[in-house]
Amino acid sequence: MLKDITLGQYFPDDTVVHRLDPRTKLVLTLVFIAALFVARGIVSYALMLAALVCCIAASRVGARALLKSIRPIIAVIAVTAALNVFFTRGTPIVRLWAITITREGLIGAAYMVTRLVMLISGTFLLTYTTSPISLTDGIESLLAPLKRIKLPVHEFAMMMSIALRFIPTLIEETDKIMSAQKARGADFETGSLIRRARALLPILIPLFISAFRRADELATAMESRCYHGGEGRTRMKKLAMSPGDYISLVCGAALALAVVLTNMAAP
Amino acid sequence: MAPVIKTEKITHIYSAGTVFEHTALSDVSFEALRGEYIGIIGHTGSGKSTFIQTLNGLIRPTSGTVFFDGTDIRQSKERTRDIRFKVGLVFQYPEYQLFEETVFNDIAFGPKNMGLNAHEVAERVREAAGFVGLREDDLEKSPFELSGGLRRRAAIAGVIAMRPEVLIADEPTAGLDPAGSSEIIANIGAYRRSTGATIIIVTHSMEEIAQNADRVTVFDGGRIVMDAPPAAAFSRSDELSAMGLGVPAATAIANRLRARGLPIAGGIITADGLRAALRELRRGAGSA
Repeated sequence: MLKDITLGQYFPDDTVVHRLDPRTKLVLTLVFIAALFVARGIVSYALMLAALVCCIAASRVGARALLKSIRPIIAVIAVTAALNVFFTRGTPIVRLWAITITREGLIGAAYMVTRLVMLISGTFLLTYTTSPISLTDGIESLLAPLKRIKLPVHEFAMMMSIALRFIPTLIEETDKIMSAQKARGADFETGSLIRRARALLPILIPLFISAFRRADELATAMESRCYHGGEGRTRMKKLAMSPGDYISLVCGAALALAVVLTNMAAP
Repeated sequence: MAPVIKTEKITHIYSAGTVFEHTALSDVSFEALRGEYIGIIGHTGSGKSTFIQTLNGLIRPTSGTVFFDGTDIRQSKERTRDIRFKVGLVFQYPEYQLFEETVFNDIAFGPKNMGLNAHEVAERVREAAGFVGLREDDLEKSPFELSGGLRRRAAIAGVIAMRPEVLIADEPTAGLDPAGSSEIIANIGAYRRSTGATIIIVTHSMEEIAQNADRVTVFDGGRIVMDAPPAAAFSRSDELSAMGLGVPAATAIANRLRARGLPIAGGIITADGLRAALRELRRGAGSA
């Protein structure tokens, strides 16, 4: 059950999208998100959607996996849509007691839902096609200029990759502890909210204890191998930009430009 | 005699329909009689851990049925929950699942979930603590004050306190020193003798199986490939080693001696058996 959580999960494969440099993918994702927020009007949205669909198709991740990633936030999307539908002023279409649904509300909700779904799919596409290690390498490399102002960029990147690395381990651990407590008759599914929250204690306490134990062991292991942070470290895998990376960046810039232009053309 | 637990052609597939799809069990049919002591062996990833979790309903097999006392454990929601108390499952490294402030409260977790009253719970806790050799003053300590071996025994007591009719343990002696291991095996044996419970132990120690088990079930690639009394199973040492499994040291020694031409009897699985066979041999040589 918990194993089905796909948060930040990487689907190993060897496609054009997988092979791109992580820095390219990070920059493109940021451009995509920015473009998504400035996009107005149906033409911009269509352009963005077309670009996203092309990327998804090229990555072979599959629509099913992406839809699954949207599932946990369906409630958020639904609430946002409802707020838009019920609380936007404009030309009323339906009127029931105190509730008025306006044309503008419906259109606004449609845009909002499309934007959210595209936002989630786009960012998940990044984590689905980039291994956590190369993702943090990319972040570290992009943030490298900040080292000049004495920000511990390498340490941040290290902390992030450790955190990402341990998400599956912790999920597995949670699963195991849950099973063990269920085997002693623990019940997480019935009872009042307070009861259910209390039922989580037998899971959370062992989980915290083991997380601290793991952190301690990892620190010892790193220290015994003389780990000493960023200065003077060499890498096993050097990041290198390929022609494909530059082409993708140009395409990304073109998309952003196109969105801005259609925005200006739109009323 | 009717089996207390029975599985009928259970198959389990993890993450079906994704790239991570993995068949952990295929067509496993198995029976355990009341009071039987069964050892389960198999290479890592052979499906044994998945298998034992289907026996108390924690894992619902993709297909096939698990029976307890002749009825499907999935018959109703209440029954599935009830089965958890009748089929006690001790996971690997169970000491990492302790969470209460005192050992007493932790052992009491299962009995409390069964809905017993305070008096009965206390009785169960004392009884279970007795089986695993925890002293009265240990019960008032925090689980984290105990030594590793004692903590493991406290965790096992937490399952025994439900008085399960079938006690399943996944590598209960993993990571313990020899003294700690044999104590845990003795604790489980004591529980079986006084309650007549069925014991199913997953283990890597062939010695443990040779000494205690009535039957050994061998898993390989999600299937049961051997199901026989230990002496019979360990006589097929070539097949076992092809699966990456070993035989008890006594059997290995007997095999090597036989290979060197000594007329040593088959079916030796314990040190005592080996000693008796060697004495026999010397006596034969002396009289000849």
